[in-house]
Amino acid sequence: MEIADLKIISASVRKDVLKMLQKAGSGHPGGSLSAVELLVDLYNNHMNFNKDNCQDKNRDYFVLSKGHVCPVLYAVLAQIGCIPKEELDTLRKIGGRLQGHPAMDKHIPGIEISTGSLGYGLSIGVGIAKGMKALKQDNRVYVLMGDGEQQEGSVWEAVMCAPHFKLDNLCAIVDCNGLQIDGKVEDILNINPIADKYRSFGWNVIEIDGHNLKEVDEAYSKAKQCKGKPTAIIAKTVKGKGVSFMENVADWHGKAPNAEQLEQALKEIDESLK
Amino acid sequence: MVKVFGNKATRFGFGEGLVELGKKDNKIFVLGADTVSSVAINGFQKEFPDRFANVGIAEVNLLGVAAGLAVAGFTPFVSTYGVFASGRPWEQIRTTICYSNLNVKIGGSHSGLMVGPDGATHQALEEISIMRCLPHMTVLVPCDLVETKKATMAAAYHNGPVYIRYGRENVPIITEENTPFEIGKAVKMKEGNDVCIMACGSMVYESLMAAEILEKEGIKARVLNIHTIKPIDKQAIIEAAKDCGAIVTAEEHQIFGGFGSAVAEVVVANSPVPMEFVGVNDTFGESGKPADLIVKYGLKDINIVEAVKKVLKRK
Repeated sequence: MEIADLKIISASVRKDVLKMLQKAGSGHPGGSLSAVELLVDLYNNHMNFNKDNCQDKNRDYFVLSKGHVCPVLYAVLAQIGCIPKEELDTLRKIGGRLQGHPAMDKHIPGIEISTGSLGYGLSIGVGIAKGMKALKQDNRVYVLMGDGEQQEGSVWEAVMCAPHFKLDNLCAIVDCNGLQIDGKVEDILNINPIADKYRSFGWNVIEIDGHNLKEVDEAYSKAKQCKGKPTAIIAKTVKGKGVSFMENVADWHGKAPNAEQLEQALKEIDESLK
Repeated sequence: MVKVFGNKATRFGFGEGLVELGKKDNKIFVLGADTVSSVAINGFQKEFPDRFANVGIAEVNLLGVAAGLAVAGFTPFVSTYGVFASGRPWEQIRTTICYSNLNVKIGGSHSGLMVGPDGATHQALEEISIMRCLPHMTVLVPCDLVETKKATMAAAYHNGPVYIRYGRENVPIITEENTPFEIGKAVKMKEGNDVCIMACGSMVYESLMAAEILEKEGIKARVLNIHTIKPIDKQAIIEAAKDCGAIVTAEEHQIFGGFGSAVAEVVVANSPVPMEFVGVNDTFGESGKPADLIVKYGLKDINIVEAVKKVLKRK
């Protein structure tokens, strides 16, 4: 898919995320918006995953380690036809499938495992990738983490493990939007130099602007070509990207927009395409 | 006399079970965490190196990798010392494995006081409590080597997460190949209607010894081996409560929240009768010889006898 098309899809996903959150009345817009391009390009141009092969043993796997940004995943899964678009209105509602954090027992195509407690996804990705190696299959495994999440010790157990097992079928993506609940990541507990840390643990590291679709697209392609070690895509992003009053404001980590704010946000996103 | 067919640690039953499973099922994958030979999974490692991985001293990753392998279609077994297999990665077991109802089997070795000289840090006394409270989890505490092997093999084909608790020290073998084993079904080891002693793990042997002592004093005790703590055999417990009118539970584990508590939940809701609990009474262990520790912390046959006499006074 061309970059111009991905840009239009990204805008549409952003709008879906905000509409879902406004209807839900709670949830996490900041980190959802920072990961839009990373997921839109992954699902549309790289992953062997679609509504028809979502149960096949040859599919690629995605694990949303930062489970709180599931609105963006649900929106992308709706865009590729795995979730009915109208179901997005049921986010966080009782009896629904679209839980506040992804739930495996709700049987949504593309939700491979329940996540939401930070620091666990990469280990799961290591396990799936190790399993694919044992089966001699070439499926790829993608894990999206946050930058604040890198503060969890369990992340580093998995960071150490993946290169040891030579899991070149594993690609970790770190969405570095620079903010966490209490403020700036660098102020709360600095994780930098994060790229150097992954490099020193034996990873192939690619640093990109996570909103530049061309860079994102090239990074996933390069990751596939790397042999013998896993790849970490360190993506510099903006929390709340695309909505002026949400950008770089930690307070929008876990707060839904009201109707008025939604209207303004949708207008801004539409204008960005002009 | 209590029939004893040998003396060997239950951990070897787990190891033997895995090798047998590995031969007939290529979906069995085993993960270790630097304690591979001491938890007796080195036999599997040797025979099936392509379906084995050592993740090092990293137990949270151990359970996470197992979860991933289950997503990939394998039936992963992990094993390390019980404290590190259940406590350290507890939230991973809860949120990643149980919530997703993944087919991960956890072998908690080195359970109980009988770990001995290593002391309290390594004496797992809480796993039953912290595993049985998790939805979807099955908890097995086999009584000897033969039963541990059966439990291990049954766990492989029991859907969802399973925790199997076993030990390091040699314990008497009191069951045979043809002794029935079914997850969720208690085994009646001795008939009797005056009192029922319900036990799991190493305490089944002590309970049989206690029943012999009691018999000489004219008290006929029923002994139930309740190897499955969850889902517990309600029918056998209710039947025993009605038939015997008094119950003593015995476990090499903390009393609070453990096996006895699981029995009590069934008893009070269905057929309340007086109960006494033999177990570790809200304390940590210490270094010492296994046999000495069992005496010091009140887990011998005579302690069960005392508990029976106490409960009979309340009958």
